[in-house]
Amino acid sequence: MHKFLIRSFVSSLVLLFTLTVAAVAKEVKAAFVYIGPTGDHGWTYQHDVGRKAVEAAGFKTTYVEGVPESADAERVLRQLANSGHDIIFTTSFGYMNPTNKVAKEFPNVKFEHATGYKREHPNVATYAARFYEGRTILGTIAGTMTKSNVIGYVASFPIPEVIRGINSFTLAAQKVNPNIKTKIVWAFTWYDPGKEAEAAKALIDQGADVIAQHTDSTAIVQMAEKAGVYAFGQASDMDKFAPKAVLTSVENNWGPYYVDRVKAVANGTWNQKDTWHGIGDGMVVISGLDSQMPSDLQAKVKKLQADLASGKVHSFTGPIYDQKGNLMVAEGKTADDGMLAGMMTYVKGVEGDIPK
Amino acid sequence: MIVDINFVGLIIASIMASAVPLILASCGELITERSGVLNLGVEGMMIIGAISGFALMTVTGSLIIAVFGAMLAGVLISTIFAFLTQTLITNHVATGLALTIFGIGISAMIGKNFVGIPGKEFPVLFEGLKDTIPLLSPILFGHSIVFYFAFALPFITSYFLKKTKIGLIVRAVGDSPESASNQGINVRFVRYACILYGGAMCGLAGAYLSMIYTPQWIENMTGGRGWIALALVVFSTWNPIKILIGAMIFGGLTIIQFHMQAIGVRIPVQFLTALPYIVTIIVLVVISRDSRKIRLSTPSSLGKSFHKDN
Repeated sequence: MHKFLIRSFVSSLVLLFTLTVAAVAKEVKAAFVYIGPTGDHGWTYQHDVGRKAVEAAGFKTTYVEGVPESADAERVLRQLANSGHDIIFTTSFGYMNPTNKVAKEFPNVKFEHATGYKREHPNVATYAARFYEGRTILGTIAGTMTKSNVIGYVASFPIPEVIRGINSFTLAAQKVNPNIKTKIVWAFTWYDPGKEAEAAKALIDQGADVIAQHTDSTAIVQMAEKAGVYAFGQASDMDKFAPKAVLTSVENNWGPYYVDRVKAVANGTWNQKDTWHGIGDGMVVISGLDSQMPSDLQAKVKKLQADLASGKVHSFTGPIYDQKGNLMVAEGKTADDGMLAGMMTYVKGVEGDIPK
Repeated sequence: MIVDINFVGLIIASIMASAVPLILASCGELITERSGVLNLGVEGMMIIGAISGFALMTVTGSLIIAVFGAMLAGVLISTIFAFLTQTLITNHVATGLALTIFGIGISAMIGKNFVGIPGKEFPVLFEGLKDTIPLLSPILFGHSIVFYFAFALPFITSYFLKKTKIGLIVRAVGDSPESASNQGINVRFVRYACILYGGAMCGLAGAYLSMIYTPQWIENMTGGRGWIALALVVFSTWNPIKILIGAMIFGGLTIIQFHMQAIGVRIPVQFLTALPYIVTIIVLVVISRDSRKIRLSTPSSLGKSFHKDN
């Protein structure tokens, strides 16, 4: 409750500020609505890096951080739309309904909703990144680098995005090393350094020597560093937090897309669409590879990266079976976007059940 | 499954490490409450300690300055609370809540420049002895000085309250400020001192999180541990030794549920995640069945303002 109060208070202050300085100029102005603080060094932080790229491209930007996914979001969106912003990016799944609702009231303002699928009005577009492509690379590295054949995976919440990541990671790891076992621990948080560290420690104590994560803080890579095992950075390059442990990171790179879309508004070429970009379009970036990786693995990863980018390789290429042995994707076929978007079953080889 | 004895030792060591901030903050708050002051600002003081410790470590490069600076920051912010509740006689509950909100806000503001900076390695003691004794080695050796201090603190606190004259004065002030005042004790001074001490311990608890446990700064990194520390004080019926037990149970259940998940125990994960909270509630219910004992151990003037007229 107290968090909510502070957030509302801070958001109102920021809004008041933006309303006061709302310029009279006719140039395109972009607004960003964030779920977390820009200081999370994770999800919101990376969106804010994207916002700064828009600013660097010569556009005015505003952001409101810590906006709850509730009626509060509608209020914030309405005020941003009212105060002369031409394009508004809403950067969390839970803003889906508020975005569409407010978009109806402001047909001249463009709305861009991240990770959603509802485009109920012509001025609403959606965008997301194919992070699972990055996890194919991480799986390949993990399967090669593990000595104990136990790989730990700290997961956040059982939603398709996370399940897709676990599957993509495990399929890739099994391909290079059929003996591996992926142990999954659900932390039920996106962002709680203490809890994430404890989850990682539990996996390490149980013999995992490579740790992957789908939560946002740097606590896990630091724990891996302390314990002398390998890990991967999430959302941003986390190498400096754990130089020995981090083999590579999967970075979220929103900047080019944001600049593109704001420019499109300025040129009058903005159109409604659904964007799902991966490594090929540069929305998912693989950080530099650690020198501890043998050179043949590095070469293999580089090639895989190029093949994923060109579309020659798809993360979900058949035959893929689910845990019960039912065929999910037939031999020679690849999973279509509809299947990926709603993926809620583990593939064969992942241990345990998805929490319901 | 064959249970390796060293594996058990590792689990217990993890549990103890996660209990450290709870023990520090609870023992500090316990002294504050024993003097009759209810300070709900624990979370706020912890987060201020966390950012102060991390910021000082980054800027000065000295771990000693950082640790003591974090404690000093806790003292400073608790001075605000002490001034409001003791000098201006404001309501304890409202002021404490305000302190938490203030602490979270200001730490985020200061912390803006410290996001994304890796922390420094904090030295650990007796690392060479880590593999000497099975089971006990990971528990006893290779921890930071703050870790050892935290596990000594409940005993020191207990001794202080029961066996020393100053401890007796603190209890007297908490149980009957009027009588204490008539005995010539400066109630306001004692309460000020207890509030500031509580602030220092919360500051240290925060510094442990940002400098030792997960060495980094990110907003809201205390993640509600201040509220759990507050609950632990009630849970312990104001007995420092029971704080130790409560903190171990709470930290332990969180870590054991992660282990159960990793082993693949077929229990719904949501239940496991809720387990620490469920057990806390059960223990509270069991304790509060003996209402006489609760009444006896609660400081009688807890949360009530004391105003001496002359």
